[in-house]
Amino acid sequence: MEQQLWIIPALPLAGFLVNGLLGRRLPKAAVTAVAITSVALSFLWVLKTVTGLMPLDAAYVERYFDWIRVGSLRIGCDLMMDRLTAVMVLVVTGVGLLIHIYAAGYMAHDTGYARFFAYLNLFMFFMLTLVLAANYLLMFVGWEGVGLCSYLLIGFWFLRKSATNAGNKAFIVNRVGDFGFSLAIFLLVINFNTLDFGEVFAKLSGWPVENTVGTLTLVGLLLLLGATGKSAQVPLYVWLPDAMEGPTPVSALIHAATMVTAGVYMVARTAPLYLKAPMALEMVALIGLVTAFFAATIGLVQNDIKKVFAYSTVSQLGYMFLGVGTGAFAAGIFHLVTHAFFKALLFLGAGSVIHALSGEQDLRIMGGLRKKTPWTFWTLACASVSIAGVPFTAGFFSKDEILVAAYHHAPWMYWVGTLAAGMTAFYVFRAFFLAFFGEYRGEGHPHESPAVMTLPLAALALLSLAGGFIPVPGWLEPLFGAPSAHHNPVLVAVSVSFGLAGIFLAWLFYVARPELPGALATRFSGIYRTVLNKYYVDEIYNAAIVKPVVEGSRSLLWKGIDVELIDASVNGIAARARGVGDMLRRMQSGYIRNYAAWVLLGAVVLMLAIGGTR
Amino acid sequence: MNLLDAVLWLPLAGFVLLLLIPRERVRAIRQFALGITTATFLLSLALLVGFDRTSAAFQYETNLPWISSPEIRYHIGIDGISLWLVLLTTLLSPIGVLISWQHIDRRVKEFFALFLAMEFGLIGVFVALDLFLFYVFWEVSLVPMYFLIGVWGHERRIYAAVKFFIYTMTGSVLMLAGIIYLYIRAGTFDYPALIEMMMNGSLMLDRMEQNLLFAGFFAAFAIKVPLFPLHTWLPDAHVEAPTAGSVMLASVMLKMGCYGLLRFCLPMFPAAARGAAPWIVMLAIAGILYGALVAMVQPNMKKLVAYTSVSHLGFVVLGLFTFTELGTNGAVYQMLNHGISTGALFALVGFLYERRHSLEIEDYGGVATPAPVLATMFLITSLASMGLPVLNNFVGEYLVLQGAAQVNFRWAVFAAIGVILAACYMLWMYQRVFYGEARKDFSMRDANLREWAVMSPLIILMVWMGTYTQTFLPPITASSAAILEQTKVNVEFHVERQMPRQELANAR
Repeated sequence: MEQQLWIIPALPLAGFLVNGLLGRRLPKAAVTAVAITSVALSFLWVLKTVTGLMPLDAAYVERYFDWIRVGSLRIGCDLMMDRLTAVMVLVVTGVGLLIHIYAAGYMAHDTGYARFFAYLNLFMFFMLTLVLAANYLLMFVGWEGVGLCSYLLIGFWFLRKSATNAGNKAFIVNRVGDFGFSLAIFLLVINFNTLDFGEVFAKLSGWPVENTVGTLTLVGLLLLLGATGKSAQVPLYVWLPDAMEGPTPVSALIHAATMVTAGVYMVARTAPLYLKAPMALEMVALIGLVTAFFAATIGLVQNDIKKVFAYSTVSQLGYMFLGVGTGAFAAGIFHLVTHAFFKALLFLGAGSVIHALSGEQDLRIMGGLRKKTPWTFWTLACASVSIAGVPFTAGFFSKDEILVAAYHHAPWMYWVGTLAAGMTAFYVFRAFFLAFFGEYRGEGHPHESPAVMTLPLAALALLSLAGGFIPVPGWLEPLFGAPSAHHNPVLVAVSVSFGLAGIFLAWLFYVARPELPGALATRFSGIYRTVLNKYYVDEIYNAAIVKPVVEGSRSLLWKGIDVELIDASVNGIAARARGVGDMLRRMQSGYIRNYAAWVLLGAVVLMLAIGGTR
Repeated sequence: MNLLDAVLWLPLAGFVLLLLIPRERVRAIRQFALGITTATFLLSLALLVGFDRTSAAFQYETNLPWISSPEIRYHIGIDGISLWLVLLTTLLSPIGVLISWQHIDRRVKEFFALFLAMEFGLIGVFVALDLFLFYVFWEVSLVPMYFLIGVWGHERRIYAAVKFFIYTMTGSVLMLAGIIYLYIRAGTFDYPALIEMMMNGSLMLDRMEQNLLFAGFFAAFAIKVPLFPLHTWLPDAHVEAPTAGSVMLASVMLKMGCYGLLRFCLPMFPAAARGAAPWIVMLAIAGILYGALVAMVQPNMKKLVAYTSVSHLGFVVLGLFTFTELGTNGAVYQMLNHGISTGALFALVGFLYERRHSLEIEDYGGVATPAPVLATMFLITSLASMGLPVLNNFVGEYLVLQGAAQVNFRWAVFAAIGVILAACYMLWMYQRVFYGEARKDFSMRDANLREWAVMSPLIILMVWMGTYTQTFLPPITASSAAILEQTKVNVEFHVERQMPRQELANAR
């Protein structure tokens, strides 16, 4: 117990309680201080525990109390720290701290200031619980808890119908995923009678590798269903683009850097099980690849700057799934880390642009912001080169590791992934050029954001450029083993050139010859419209699932079965009984005496009746 | 006379004394009712002090002759299950009084008198260890509720009250027949004696007898739960009842049915119960899904919450009929959870009604802006109701589903869909009532002190029961283990259990 891991999540929880209960009465400065200090202290406590536990070769577990204990099943409130957890808590508290600081500037004029930081702190608590949990059920607590905070923060501006709709959609779609997660938990308990990571994986060693669909494969697939919900993968990605209704720091923290990566973390955490269920792992890779490609195509044509980055997040998460799915767990987590840097930066930069334009998010009404918002411009440039995979930036290293692993798994996966990388470079630079180059097309008075916002941007810019030199894969080697695939200069050159080609095309289309995109859109208007409308997936889900369920419940179940069938037949009796009821009411003045006499009379009659038959 | 007797009789003494207060002294009547119910609650808390949490035996027993022929005894006592149900009743009673403080403004004296009489009946149901005594309390609790709905209800109150009465009465008559039959066979109404006789083989019911008796008891309890498709009295009763009536009905009275199943149906007629289990589980799962789907499309808040009860209590019945340790513990936990969270939901809907005088969802909108505290209370309660971890319902639902999965994985798959639907109906209602622009056509004040007093204990319990279950679970575990043991007597049964793979491998 000497490390007191519980302090890490408890600090933001305390921040939540203070701001949630008293926030409306506290001055703004106090709210800010509580929110930011709690996360900062949490970050420091993470540093203290990780250094204190070095070299952290084995998992360190602290057991506090039995959460649920029935018979032989014990589910503890236990936290653990190993090398994987260490990476996660550092990213969550580190990036989280920067975003908290940024948000103090971004939300400065919002009436719900205290509520915002209360929710944000609560999110940190649940996210840290998720990654520190030492068993699946406690992980599930964090898992659903971050979903709750996501719901609350997407619908933060609850006067807007679109925002609360998006919040509901996020929660409900995630619940579909959580359905899979919970079924996996049931199967684990049935087969192992424990949910403790250490115990489950220890017992697993006696199991053979499954080459057909068996229990472990089923568990793996059900967990994957959970992961597709939380990490916005096909087919459950639909909530994430809508989630951009939330304030931009939320998009950066929850819907880019941390919460949405929980699915990747969960798969990596469950690596020992997935390695015994290769079919499930193959499915992880396939889902990831399909998502990476599919979402990238939608990102190509979106006009809302946050929507571009949202689809980019979906696509990048697909890369992480491709990584862990091809067995390159360390590469997937590495990309998770670098993505947290550059994608948080992209969103915060977008937020700075939106802030500068007093709320405008449409790329078509931006332009020429390079001179007006230089800090934002330069930091966003760093993020863009990083995600595009320009050599020696953070994104280059991690994406490269994934693509190399994919090539060794199946070459076609590498090619699809590389093509998606080209598209990634294109859509990011498309947004970049549209926002910062050319002439300003709007009517506002753009202004640079305050230092409290630009300083976090600068810190993240540094990490986006140099973060690739953090030796995450090497650090994780004791957990996941050394990568089986070695760097191949040809593959690297190919994927880098795809990225550069994407940047070049974006420059050609949006800087050099701005008339080209319109011409192409007209030429291929059918395809263009389909992609612009996101392949009509929302509409299909609505028509195929939501409408039939709601309408069926209303007309068939409620008005049909309940009212017409059951009630009507019973009411026949009840109608006759109404006379009796009125009579009863008159006869009984409310005193039990009279009533008891009736009961007794009935009892006597029954006794006689039954006694007589024997 | 021990502590439990005092807890049982204090409300009845309050009932008698309250009749002595002049009817014009409305304030005194309210304060007196609050005083009595609070005192009963505090007294019942003392039950915890001397309670042996590891024992499955009945504690605080009193066993006195009442009527000599037929031999009916005043035999009461509690085990680790009824302990919590008594506490649930005594906790919700003062809350019910507080809820009715302003809501009830006519015939105040009669209302609180009946309310106390009802508390007496409800506690009695959970402590009675004599079958006939149980039956008496069962009916004693029914009558005041009938009047609460019929006199203080909304427009269609008579219809709802009669419907409630007829449904419950039909079931309980069948149960009475069963009780009398058992007396004729065994010569006693005493519950522990009956169980003892069944365990040691001196009372053997053949399969036919078991089936008929099970059916008689089951009818009474299934209607009360209510189990799909016997539930249609519930939405009407809830919509028409005054708020406190709805709270007591949902929180405590529905538990009478669940409790009856666990206390009587399972251990007394185990062969019949196990034989019927697959069918009953089907109905329970149907109820989980059906209740949730119908709740989703309700335009009336109280009806919506009523249908969620059908869904939530489906989990309880499912858990009970898995005959597993996890399922049974989960079912009992879920009874308590439902009592807390659905009681709180009805109270909150009542608060809204006091402000706007409507139960229709479409009459609301944007309430979160003028009443943020009320909105927060409603949110937490909704989250508890939809089974969010850290709050109480999650633990119960998890245990029930885990127990169901151990018997038949498909049961868990279907029942777990109900958890998805729970998010739909709660969030959609919440959005339509609380979010959006504040409406101009009515004003809304935020929660007052009385509403804080009602909601704080419930919300604290939601968090407590969700995070630190060891306060509550050990007595439940001990008692349900004993009951499960009783269900194994003289039964040939087959429980499909997926043998852990490891054991299978070892066996080979």
